[in-house]
Amino acid sequence: MKAKLFDYIDRDNFIYNLSGLTKLVCFICMTFSVMFSYDIRYILFVMLLSIIFFWMSEIKFKQIKLMTIYVAIFLLMNFVLTYLFSPQYGIEIYGTSHELFRITSRYTVTLEQLLYQVTKITKYASVVPLGMIFLLTTNPSEFAASLNRIGVNYKGAYALSLTLRYFPDMIRDYQDIALAQQSRGLDMSKKEKLGTRVKNVMNICVPLIFSTLDRIELISNAMDLRGFGKYKKRTWYVAKPLRKGDWGAMAFGALILAGSLFMSFAVNGSRFYNPFI
Amino acid sequence: MNQTERKPVIEFEHFQFQYFSQAEPTLHDINLKIYEGEKVLIVGPSGSGKSTIGNCLNGLIPFSYKGEIEGNLKISGKETQEMNIFELSKKVGTVLQDADGQFIGLTVGEDVAFALENDCVPISQMKETVQEVSDIVDMGKLLKSSPFELSGGQKQRVSFAGVMVDDVDILLFDEPLANLDPATGKTAIDLIDRVWKESKKTVVIIEHRLEDVLYRDVDRIIVINDGRIVADMTPDELVAADVLPKLGIREPLYVTAMKYADIKVTSQMRAGRIDTLDIAQIKEPLQRWNRKQKKESAGKDRRLILEAEHLSFQYTKKRKILQDINFKIREGEMVSVVGTNGAGKSTLAKVICGFVTEDEGKLLYYGEDLKGQTIKERSQKIGFVMQNPNQMICKPMIYDEVALGLRIRQVPEEEIGAKVDKALQICGLAPYKKWPVSALSFGQKKRVTIASMLVMSPQILILDEPTAGQDYHHYTEIMEFLKSLNDQGVTIILITHDMHLMLEYTPHAIVISEGKKIGDASAVEILTNEDIAGRANLKITSLYELAIKAEIPEPTTFVQNFIQHERRTHRS
Repeated sequence: MKAKLFDYIDRDNFIYNLSGLTKLVCFICMTFSVMFSYDIRYILFVMLLSIIFFWMSEIKFKQIKLMTIYVAIFLLMNFVLTYLFSPQYGIEIYGTSHELFRITSRYTVTLEQLLYQVTKITKYASVVPLGMIFLLTTNPSEFAASLNRIGVNYKGAYALSLTLRYFPDMIRDYQDIALAQQSRGLDMSKKEKLGTRVKNVMNICVPLIFSTLDRIELISNAMDLRGFGKYKKRTWYVAKPLRKGDWGAMAFGALILAGSLFMSFAVNGSRFYNPFI
Repeated sequence: MNQTERKPVIEFEHFQFQYFSQAEPTLHDINLKIYEGEKVLIVGPSGSGKSTIGNCLNGLIPFSYKGEIEGNLKISGKETQEMNIFELSKKVGTVLQDADGQFIGLTVGEDVAFALENDCVPISQMKETVQEVSDIVDMGKLLKSSPFELSGGQKQRVSFAGVMVDDVDILLFDEPLANLDPATGKTAIDLIDRVWKESKKTVVIIEHRLEDVLYRDVDRIIVINDGRIVADMTPDELVAADVLPKLGIREPLYVTAMKYADIKVTSQMRAGRIDTLDIAQIKEPLQRWNRKQKKESAGKDRRLILEAEHLSFQYTKKRKILQDINFKIREGEMVSVVGTNGAGKSTLAKVICGFVTEDEGKLLYYGEDLKGQTIKERSQKIGFVMQNPNQMICKPMIYDEVALGLRIRQVPEEEIGAKVDKALQICGLAPYKKWPVSALSFGQKKRVTIASMLVMSPQILILDEPTAGQDYHHYTEIMEFLKSLNDQGVTIILITHDMHLMLEYTPHAIVISEGKKIGDASAVEILTNEDIAGRANLKITSLYELAIKAEIPEPTTFVQNFIQHERRTHRS
């Protein structure tokens, strides 16, 4: 019964071998560049890159199937809702109106609206693979190390690592306690009324909280005894030293970000790319 | 041994400690010197203050647990009150009791490196040290494993490596055997011994399982009771001195056997370890005692209460957890189910209680197939008590906790009152009826969980490790209580790897290994069978070894006689 938060599988390729820090920096740069810009040409370019990176990382589709489905549903809903609530927003942004066809006077389909919404979708669609790459190719232990290296306090960063370590234990505790309580007659199945079920879950939470508190006392003692918090800094066993590839990748990330800013300010004059004028 | 020439590394002088939360000091006037390179065992019943001594040594007192200190404690000549916990952790490396709870990292390598990380050691050097130290404890090949893939013994090795990276002077082990099965415990003691001999460090072990620690050499044993040192002597002197039984600490079984045979144990017999025991002078009285014992007639067969036929279970197709298990349990029996961690004994209990459903085979309760009966229905026949009472208790008041199962079943409140009273009375908790659970000791909480099962009047009680982490006194208390329940007709199944418990209380033992039943006989037969004991990670009882040494013709009968004698003298 292994409960893993992230399905991390160790592989040997360029993306996997980058340090967690590099991947975090690149992720932030590229995300910011597509979030800032509304230039569909540039976004498509980043999206192409993220697909290439995804291919390079050799992540199996099986690993991300569920996540992809959720994202697709989210995007679709976002698309529909955006249109329902602000069907004229594209006209507002681009200042022109090229009508395609009309449903009612409010819900007129215009090229501007279409461009705006497609741009928005491509933004998400290019960021999501990047996020997946970061999550799935970074060893969970390296998260804390990379967060710490971009300036997050190491005690805070370590809390994240501890959560990953103890989450499965807590799930196991919960399952054990739930079984014991069920044997006393607490019904957790759908046969019971919702109110009673909520009350029954409460009965499991009390022992869970107490056993978790015991755990916390133990772990904080163990950490004290081994010198956690002695200095303002600490090193990380899992941190990968930065190599040429890392510097290259970070420079590339920065370049993408600079490109996005350049397109917005120097080429388009605003965050939007307007092909209608 | 000229102790004056050696350098003391730990010096307690008129040391007294009182927790702020307690009315009385926990330690009184402790005077103790431990010398460089010594291996010292600290024993004492629960609540005697032995863990408090450990916490004073490693700095958790006063760093995490506040209190008032009087007198002095010097480590390597330096007053501890002038040091902080970090400075102390460079001198005293502590391996805590719970190997799983103190595993901080996500992998073995990270956990071993933890102290180095906090010292800002550069990565290349850190990796080297981690590899080196992990090799010492034979974990060097598993640096990338996560704690979920390791056994209890392996996790303990990791913790051990985690404190050794610091090159400490003193290694402190707080109940290292508490969560290990007998065979793994033996390896742990071996490992400690090896490191002690090779590295010449000072080793302090806090443990109440005396016989298991004495499997390897110990220089001195310090006995603590009520916060005071009551004995400080070599193992040979201690077992001869007759202090232990009075304090409720179990002496080695072979020593008890010698006493039954009216042998006056002296330190010249070197009875501290069975390996060094001088058998020549005691052979004759042992043999004489053994001849005198009469065989007890076996009780008559009673009705079958629980039967398993070809029981199999698997979570996934790849790994079978239980394979073709068959057993018969009779009404009023007390049975132990033993085996290594992960052998399938807990899963067997889960199948019996209906938490998971068997894939093949069937379970019969008084001949009736249990198939299709829900957890709730089965719980009126079979009660399950978990190892840790804190995982079961969910009401703040004792009465409500015990009544919970009945209230859920909508039994009228008047009836509940009578049933709860009866259950509390059986469990010796009647005076505490209106108390909050939080005011109880661990053993009393255990009784509350048992009472909360008994109110539903099950015919069978299954208990998971009922005495784990308990000292001999509390162990006896819990087991005698279970025995009294058993005498009242409740069939009791114990999941355990405590060999004493098996021997003394359960005439019938079922051994599971890798999902298969490999033994089903009397506990004495199992614990004298090298093959079965070995496969189940048990060890041969020292009584058997004693019988072999004393050249007693039927060693198994000798063990049987010992148990019978003990039952007669203890429970009358």
